[in-house]
Amino acid sequence: MQSASSYVLSAVGIDKVFPGARALDRVDFSLARGEVHALLGENGAGKSTLVKCLTGAYRRDGGRILLDGGEVDPRDTLEAQKLGIGTVYQEVNLLANLTVAENLFLGRQPRRFGLVDAREMNRRARALLSEYDLDIDVTAGLSAYSVAVQQVVAIARAVDLSGKVLILDEPTASLDTHEVALLFRIVRRLKERGLGIVFITHFLEQVYEISDRITVLRNGQLVGTRETAALPRRDLIAMMLGRELVGEVGSGNRHAAPGGDVRYRFRGFGRKGHIRPFDLDVRTGEVVGIAGLLGSGRTETAEILFGAERADSGTAEADGRPLDLSSPRAAIREKFGFCPEDRKVDGIIGDLSVRENIALALQARRGWARPLSRGEQDRLADHYIRALDIRTSDREKPIRLLSGGNQQKAILARWLATNPDFLILDEPTRGIDVGAHAEIIRLIEELCEKGMSLIVISSELEELVAYSSRVLVLRDRAHVAELAGERVTTGAIVEAIAASDGRAGT
Amino acid sequence: MSATLKAYARRLFPQVAALAVILLMVSLAFPGFFKLEIQNGRLYGSLIDILNRGAPVALLAIGMTVVIATKGIDLSVGAVMAICGAVAAACITSGYGLAATLAITLGTGVLCGLWNGLLVAVLDIQPIIATLVLMVAGRGIAQLVTEGAILTFNDPGLIFIGSGSFLGLPMPVVIWLVFGLAVALVVRRTALGMLIEALGVNRRAAMLSGVSTGVLLIAAYMLSGLCAAIAGIIAAADIRGADANNAGLWLELDAILAVVVGGTSLLGGRFSIAASLIGALIIQAINTGILLSGFPPEFNLIIKAAIIVLILVIQSPRAQSAFVWFSRPRATAAGKAGEEAK
Repeated sequence: MQSASSYVLSAVGIDKVFPGARALDRVDFSLARGEVHALLGENGAGKSTLVKCLTGAYRRDGGRILLDGGEVDPRDTLEAQKLGIGTVYQEVNLLANLTVAENLFLGRQPRRFGLVDAREMNRRARALLSEYDLDIDVTAGLSAYSVAVQQVVAIARAVDLSGKVLILDEPTASLDTHEVALLFRIVRRLKERGLGIVFITHFLEQVYEISDRITVLRNGQLVGTRETAALPRRDLIAMMLGRELVGEVGSGNRHAAPGGDVRYRFRGFGRKGHIRPFDLDVRTGEVVGIAGLLGSGRTETAEILFGAERADSGTAEADGRPLDLSSPRAAIREKFGFCPEDRKVDGIIGDLSVRENIALALQARRGWARPLSRGEQDRLADHYIRALDIRTSDREKPIRLLSGGNQQKAILARWLATNPDFLILDEPTRGIDVGAHAEIIRLIEELCEKGMSLIVISSELEELVAYSSRVLVLRDRAHVAELAGERVTTGAIVEAIAASDGRAGT
Repeated sequence: MSATLKAYARRLFPQVAALAVILLMVSLAFPGFFKLEIQNGRLYGSLIDILNRGAPVALLAIGMTVVIATKGIDLSVGAVMAICGAVAAACITSGYGLAATLAITLGTGVLCGLWNGLLVAVLDIQPIIATLVLMVAGRGIAQLVTEGAILTFNDPGLIFIGSGSFLGLPMPVVIWLVFGLAVALVVRRTALGMLIEALGVNRRAAMLSGVSTGVLLIAAYMLSGLCAAIAGIIAAADIRGADANNAGLWLELDAILAVVVGGTSLLGGRFSIAASLIGALIIQAINTGILLSGFPPEFNLIIKAAIIVLILVIQSPRAQSAFVWFSRPRATAAGKAGEEAK
């Protein structure tokens, strides 16, 4: 046990109550100087709420915050910043249209004669970023740089402003391996400088790579704080989920394609400028995975199959009968369903209740003149809230207030309610926590066993391998490979994607 | 079922309360305000006046509510009123029967709405611009129909719509009450209400869930056009003539205000036709009240603006969260009591 004075930041008995839910229940948290402290928990466990209480974005309802041993009470993020607590969020909260230097010094630009001294500002910006081994043109617009560089700029600004505590909220969510390495180098250097760093993430490998201690929250309560080195991965997952997870991902590869005839047959299906014409067969009770890098045509494939973009070539048949996929409405009539990648933009109807969100697709298919009665909607919503374990205080809660994983389950419920034969899932597990992740994978396998045909798009290759009997590989908006049976391995998928590099390199 | 009713009551409470306060204040300044009397089988009194004078805005507010719920807005309703008034007068004076005149006029309004709807839904033009086109062009069209003059008529049937009475109530009141009730019932007893709200909150997500967003959008603007046509007939019948320049002038703004005072967000989504109708009555009560209270007319618009600002402040999310904050101890205690009762 370290003495109290070695903690740069400690929170004691933090309470936060939202209407209808206790988001934090007497949570203790302490951060030592020069440590990286991972804050973990499922979606909705209270990680973000705790961080927001610490940074003053939320007013806590109880508890004390000690900074360097003295009690503080930040009323907003600005005050927290002045006290020494800086935060960098997943979606970089900088202004993309300003230059790098302007972003670094926004609100405190060096002035001369009352005007912004751009030369001085740029000089200081270069000096600041050189500490991070970042040699970029600080007069260029921030949007010209990759998310990783933007992330570093955000960290540089936060550290420069605050300097005691740095909170990183899912900083690696949209970075590739190389960029994560760059970020971690910087984090280690800041740690040596004595900063206390709070690191929130869903990636457990990264937790083990960088963190010194781990604090786990569950349902707004503190589960415990442990030394990372002394906490086996399995125990950590048990802490996070509060139960023994039956295998992190599925029960093993099925690989073998189900017997039976091809049910859905697409020939030369495509649309100019979106996806080159492709052939695709899907059997009853089969999961076909789609893999490829971002922008390779994965989402475009999903949209054209569902009629969100109309195909301008090719044919689609089910059991030899031509399918009308000219619009989502037509596709739904053919018993298709589609969970889009961007839940917030394409999926949820934020202001409407969980109940209405679940009933929407079924109601739309029945038509306006045949309303589902309130009783039917209630039964439908209650059924799926129970069946999919959607965590919500009640079915009338606006869906935007739910956490990402629960929103995803509600969108799934919307489609399951229409009893589809063909379901397209675009990144069904993106941005959701381990528990919901495993549940959704289990659900995919269940649906498949019930005889549904599924197309699942995912960038998590292990996941694809676990449940797909075949995997299509996309590259440059074309289907370039199809792996089946024994060949469905992560290695083979990576190879098929990488085979493109010859062309991409030119 | 009672839970739904309770939710409904909670939704309408601010509007009803605001209306009650305004009526009380007017009655203090003008003692005979609540007096009703019956002459020739028809009710008379200031309250009836408010219901009657408020008819055009109330009718426009019905369509406007639905359009705003789709995240749109319809600036053309005042101009459509003028067009439809002109069409009605032109038809009746050139010898068409009352039924034919009404059919043609209502058809004209629906056609205007179809035009707006096509611009918004098919060409994807921003609603404020799309409907501005007809707002500007509409008065010109109306003047072409009336050939620049005020077209008067004396068909008793048409006049009856403006100044007759039914079951003791003036016809305009009967029309907007019945029409408002009918639209509210159709929207809420079918799935239209939910589909419109889904469309208004997130058009793309609604489209991907199979909602026919295009058809719904066009239908919303057509309903708004129909409402404007009815309002136009009433306005023309009231003065027994079609005034292309002044019929419905600025009423689109009053209708939007009625919807906003009724608590429907301009960002689309959740809507209440009943609340908008009360909103229209609030506006008319303010108008009538200021006149009756004997303030110099110069003050009218300023007082009206002040009262509306006050109502909007009370409704603003910030003010409401402050209100929740003040009443929280009591609310949690009540919540606990409720849970224990279960």
